[in-house]
Amino acid sequence: MLDIIRTRMKQGHRTMAFPDQVPSLPERFRGRPAVDASKCIDGCRACADACPTEAIDVTDNLSLDLGKCVFCTACVEACPEGAIAYTQDYRMAVNTRGQLVLDGPGLELAQRMGDELFRVLGRALRLREVCAGSCNGCDLDTNVLNTVGWDLSRFGIQFVASPRHADGLLVTGPVTKNMEHALMETYAAVPKPKIVIALGACAISGGPYRGSHAVNDGADRLLPIDLYIPGCPPHPLTILDGLLRLVGRIK
Amino acid sequence: MAAAAYPSRGLVLRNGDDASLSDLPVLKPEDFTAWVLDGRARGGRLAQLFGRRAHDGGVTVYAFVAYDADGVVEVSATHLGAAHGFGRLEYPSISEQWPAAQAFERELAEQYGVTPLGHPWLKPLRYHATDTGAPAPWGPFDANKVIPGDYPFYRVEGDEVHEVAVGPVHAGVIEPGHFRFQCHGEDVLHLEIMLGYQHRGAEKLLVHPNRTRGAIVAETIAGDTSIGHATAYCMALEALAGVAVSARAHAIRGIALELERLANHVGDLGALCNDVAFLPGASYLGRLRGDFLNLTLEICGNRFGRNLVRPGGTAFDISPSLSDTLRKRLEALQPEVLDVLDMMFSQSSVLARFEGTGALSEQQADEIGLVGPAARACGCTRDVRQDFPFGMFQFSHIPVANETTGDVYARAVVRWLEVQRSIEFLLEHMGTKPAGGTFAPMRTFRPNALAIAMCETWRGEAMHVAFTNAAGDLDFVKVKDPSIHNWFGLALAMRGTPISDFPLCNKSFNLSYAGHDL
Repeated sequence: MLDIIRTRMKQGHRTMAFPDQVPSLPERFRGRPAVDASKCIDGCRACADACPTEAIDVTDNLSLDLGKCVFCTACVEACPEGAIAYTQDYRMAVNTRGQLVLDGPGLELAQRMGDELFRVLGRALRLREVCAGSCNGCDLDTNVLNTVGWDLSRFGIQFVASPRHADGLLVTGPVTKNMEHALMETYAAVPKPKIVIALGACAISGGPYRGSHAVNDGADRLLPIDLYIPGCPPHPLTILDGLLRLVGRIK
Repeated sequence: MAAAAYPSRGLVLRNGDDASLSDLPVLKPEDFTAWVLDGRARGGRLAQLFGRRAHDGGVTVYAFVAYDADGVVEVSATHLGAAHGFGRLEYPSISEQWPAAQAFERELAEQYGVTPLGHPWLKPLRYHATDTGAPAPWGPFDANKVIPGDYPFYRVEGDEVHEVAVGPVHAGVIEPGHFRFQCHGEDVLHLEIMLGYQHRGAEKLLVHPNRTRGAIVAETIAGDTSIGHATAYCMALEALAGVAVSARAHAIRGIALELERLANHVGDLGALCNDVAFLPGASYLGRLRGDFLNLTLEICGNRFGRNLVRPGGTAFDISPSLSDTLRKRLEALQPEVLDVLDMMFSQSSVLARFEGTGALSEQQADEIGLVGPAARACGCTRDVRQDFPFGMFQFSHIPVANETTGDVYARAVVRWLEVQRSIEFLLEHMGTKPAGGTFAPMRTFRPNALAIAMCETWRGEAMHVAFTNAAGDLDFVKVKDPSIHNWFGLALAMRGTPISDFPLCNKSFNLSYAGHDL
């Protein structure tokens, strides 16, 4: 017992002040990419050819699909003009799939869920997580939000064991063929009204597994998505920022 | 390549070796099985067994028997199919005598419709159709049927015997799998673990024409083992290309690998505290895990080490000032982590739940081919970093952590020891990296060759085997995550154990679903 008290004293209080204060991120942290089509050379498609997940389109104007991007830097290395660069901005969650396609410096971040939904779910959001073929990276960094440093429950957001107790699903993974049924059954078991969050490149577009015969290339082929949180995997800060935007705690 | 040191018919390879496919001995099916079993008699361990569809429509089966004490892997193959006079895709089962082969042989049956004759209980491993759509040995497969609806679970019947089914969607934020317990009262008579929900077709994408895609898929085979799998994948490709990775890149890979081990071990020890309701340990260790992930974030911009290890070396360097930062943070973390772990291991309430729970004997570990901390907890001394040294571990050794009781306590202690040793190793090497670059450009691959690469990930031995075709293109990569060996160990550890101890046993192994399902 004395051991425990002694250790408790040493450990101190560790919960971060986010969102009032944003923790600093290291220099090499790769946040939201920014694209600048004005730097493109006509006919050059070096970035698109280098991209391992076909996230970059140069047919009309340079655009980068954050939903497919795995934040690997192949495009940055390939581009002779520096038209694509990573910023330190960890904020990336959006409400619609189309908003993830970047063709300029900015990104329209997620808005609070609609009034009707907010009235029912906004104050205490309970989520059931379904891992549908992820590598476990997205799940691990979602779990991190429950540690003392992040303390997700102080925002009224909690992960629950049963879909019957949940207000929505948080889906990770490209939705493998073998998990499709379990995902749909879990969704059906969540009472209405309900929301769905697609977390990570896999759940949004299939990510590194896009095109594999064994997967569905993401959850939005099967379910209506209310919040997209891109990344591979997204940093816990990106996930928390997205969740807090959805419940209107950050505008 | 080492000269054949064994009076056998296997091709002798060391970790990171490549060889011509024509040098590979191809045995008759019955000789193949005898050769593998003889390997066991000579102290070998079945490191890998897999098949590959041949151009003539047959299936070539490769077996990799590892001799830990000698640091070599022996490889042999057999060809099943019409071209060699063996019309049917079958050979005498290895599992019948050596349970370590059970999952590998089920995979073989599932992927290619090969029948290992006499396999004790052949059934699907990942639940998908064969590569040609032909029936697997267990009969026609209906891809529209839902798992686990159509699966022959082992069943126990009798008074007071009942069945508990859990999953695929579990109570926590974790990966999907289905567990079927046959219980007598509280005690588990038998546990069957059915996986396959995470099957993403990863191996096919490892040979993607975009090389970066292959490396990214390797990093996501198991998200918590990004560095381990990427290192094994890159080592195999580098061997085929004859590229010598710089000593500096090896050092950075080694540092990242130990940081990965630390983050996972610390996190799992915290989760073990949680499972026995020792909440101080759970909260402190849960937070400390993040501190180790953040060190990896400093190195490459991603907490899991994505994009750090690339064929030819590493994509990021560690500058002297970054070294300094990392060392200072490690020096601050070391007493904190050890202090919390000392507290955890001095609680009688924790020890009472750990000791004697879910025990495996050394003999069981050998029979089923356990690897990693789970094997070391049973008294087996195997560790790829010691037995098949690769990268920086060729020059610098980390003492192998061992226990003998094979229970949850032993698995926790092994991790505790590994945490201490990895931190010491990192503090010693953080600032002393060899000079030079971190990246050597990849060259063309040697045609018609194979290369093997093994890496001691935090869960145990990962092995990647890469093949090239006549044109020198990478055309097949076979992955082994340590989980494929160890899931069987978890099932065995549960026998006679109260079902309420399952979370504890499960977490002490903490196996990868994605790495198993591929």
